[in-house]
Amino acid sequence: MNMKNNIMNQIRDKAIWLVLVVLFIAFAAANDKFVSANNLFTIARQVSMFGIAAVGMTFVILIGGIDLATGSIITLVNVVAAYLMVKMNFSIIAAIITSLMLATAIGALNGFMVAKIKMPAIIATFATQIIFEGAAYIMSGGTPIYGFDPAFKMIGQGYVGPVPVPVIIMAVTFGVGGFILNKTYFGRYFYAVGGNEEASRLSGIKVNSVKFMIYALSGFFAGLAGIVMLSRTNSAQPTAGKGFEFDVITCVVLGGVSVSGGYGKISNVIAGTLIIGILTNGMVLMNVSTYMQMVVKGIVLILAVGFDSIQNKGSLAKA
Amino acid sequence: MNEEYVLQLQHISKEYPGVQALKDVSLEVKKGEILALIGENGAGKSTLIKTCSGAVIPTSGKIIVNGKEFTSMSPQLAAENGIAIIYQEFNNVKGLSAAENLFLGNPIRKGMLIDKKAMENEAEKAFVQLNIKIDPKKLCGDLTVGYQQMVEIAKAIKQNAKVLIMDEPSAPLTSAEVESMFKVCELLKSQGVSIIYISHRLDEIFRLSDRIVVLRDGEYIKTLITKESHVDELIRLMVGRELTETYPTRPDCIRHDETILELQDVTGNGDTNISFKLHKGEVLGLGGLVGAGRTELAQMIFGAVEKTSGKIIFKGKEIHPRSPRQAIDAGIALVPEDRKRHGALLTLSVKNNINMAIYNRISKLSVINSKKEADTASSYKTNLLIKTPSIHQLVRNLSGGNQQKVILGKWLAANSELIIFDEPTRGIDVGAKFEIYSLINNLVEQGKSILLISSEMEELMGMSDRIIVLAEGKMTGELQKESFDQNAIMRLASAV
Repeated sequence: MNMKNNIMNQIRDKAIWLVLVVLFIAFAAANDKFVSANNLFTIARQVSMFGIAAVGMTFVILIGGIDLATGSIITLVNVVAAYLMVKMNFSIIAAIITSLMLATAIGALNGFMVAKIKMPAIIATFATQIIFEGAAYIMSGGTPIYGFDPAFKMIGQGYVGPVPVPVIIMAVTFGVGGFILNKTYFGRYFYAVGGNEEASRLSGIKVNSVKFMIYALSGFFAGLAGIVMLSRTNSAQPTAGKGFEFDVITCVVLGGVSVSGGYGKISNVIAGTLIIGILTNGMVLMNVSTYMQMVVKGIVLILAVGFDSIQNKGSLAKA
Repeated sequence: MNEEYVLQLQHISKEYPGVQALKDVSLEVKKGEILALIGENGAGKSTLIKTCSGAVIPTSGKIIVNGKEFTSMSPQLAAENGIAIIYQEFNNVKGLSAAENLFLGNPIRKGMLIDKKAMENEAEKAFVQLNIKIDPKKLCGDLTVGYQQMVEIAKAIKQNAKVLIMDEPSAPLTSAEVESMFKVCELLKSQGVSIIYISHRLDEIFRLSDRIVVLRDGEYIKTLITKESHVDELIRLMVGRELTETYPTRPDCIRHDETILELQDVTGNGDTNISFKLHKGEVLGLGGLVGAGRTELAQMIFGAVEKTSGKIIFKGKEIHPRSPRQAIDAGIALVPEDRKRHGALLTLSVKNNINMAIYNRISKLSVINSKKEADTASSYKTNLLIKTPSIHQLVRNLSGGNQQKVILGKWLAANSELIIFDEPTRGIDVGAKFEIYSLINNLVEQGKSILLISSEMEELMGMSDRIIVLAEGKMTGELQKESFDQNAIMRLASAV
């Protein structure tokens, strides 16, 4: 039975990469523009923001939580960073640091509500989503803010050799995420808390601090994704990040992070992120309408969560 | 068939894999009598009454209700035949009124709508019949525990219950509430309703019951006429087993001059004024019945729940454990009763579990020293003889005894000096039990001190150097090794 479990786990671990390959081949066959080096880098650049935010979301979902504020944090960071640079004459670095601190603070607020006040994460982050979406709109006056120092473009549009800078940022973020999860004791605590909160507490883990920290981190990574987005579009849109959390959650769950917490790997989240990127890009190339894309993405999320729930049912029965 | 009996259980047995919960138990309930069912923890009382309600299907035997024979019941059959159970946890909806609760799932209707007025009138009548004053409009959640219980009883009577089974009904009640509950029981009895009354409180049983059935280790022992029996006889029957188990012996390791833990009037979490001393190298047994407040006491020492007053002195210094982390850092460990929910992290590996309490100690700048991590896990795997193919195996895949050893490994790695075991061998097979006992002995020989909570009388007496007994949150006595005696412990635990 252990053998069988192991094989099942192996399949579960690798299946997502197989899906990625199949999807890749399918789109390559359907459209000859798909496999060009140009298009592949476009995909990587497009998913970079999802990937960056997905690292924080991976932590959150690992402990059995959810963060719906990701999109509005991205919007707010867009508006705030732009506002600081254009209207307050902040330097690029100062604007970035200030807006990242703001993003982390919003995450910390979520963490406070979830860990200390014991609010359900879905409600707490839903509320902050609305609040900061509104705040961003108010601050921007409903119109785009633009006119940054050209150097700022580097983050979202630049290249190091043939590799786009946002892709490098994403890769580093995944690296940091993997390092935290696998090499530091925080990572062990994340898995422990996600697996069983009370047993974790009785093992000496400060569960509340862990949760607080994770939501703050999720805010930080969302903020970072927001900076990349601002640099890519070179203009702060008052609805820039709307619905962004949906894609990020889909990336993470597709990557096999269990929505009930306790199980997941950052490497597979990379695969999940690439799948969403390929799917979106492929559908655009095939002229699938935005609305049809929404239908497809919704179905993909259901499939991913459904697969996870069935797996869980099985493993619960065994335990 | 005997007309006199409303309920007969004949030769009921229930086997679970590896455990015989009930062995050939028979009993009869007469019309209009209060029959007490008593026995130690795990004697099979709950299993037996669950066969009456249909929650447990007996392996063999017959249930005869009013002359009708059944091989097993279902909740629906039980209700149709007038058997109702009042559980310790009430089946009520706190946000609905007393009247609505009375008609839960079966409301009085007027066409498509619910007829609130009619339900309230009917409820009023039902309460009057029981001689209790409850406003039918009041929300159940606003009623005291005692009144909530009355609503449950009224509901059972409303559904025509002829046999009312009450499982520890007095446990959550204040003494005044217990008095009113008794009055209701007497009233029901005079109306011809039969009651099976389960309680740990022997004084209640002597006041209330007509006859007493004693169970022990899943077996029927004896039926007594209450008037003709005595507490001593009852206790003897409950605990009177031959002590056959042998326990691994250990040399005397107690350092009488060195007190590792001292409690002074510790109060909180349901316990009042608990005071005792635990010496270095001692196994102090903590006896009592389920709900006596032993686990609750352990939680306070371990910081899982904060005490409200009193002093905890550990290694000569007063400590105020506000979280398990603080207790762990001081050198206190808890091996909890519910291994799967509170002890082991089932979804993590043996290695992760053993290191869980010391990750902060084996990390530099939060990066884990993975060699230390693996070495620690391997060394406890070897020392504690944990049977696992590798330290990377998920704890979920280990047997109960080996999971228990992993938890113990975690505390040894954390250098704990006082280890509190809460029912350490529950659900563990016989061979592994002996291993756990030997491990406890080894710990003591290494100078660790043990607080052992156990509901198994034999285990408690076999393993402890000294036993203190709790009953209803208070310490009722202390026994030295030479005066260990089942009757004495049971007497203290029942607080008679």
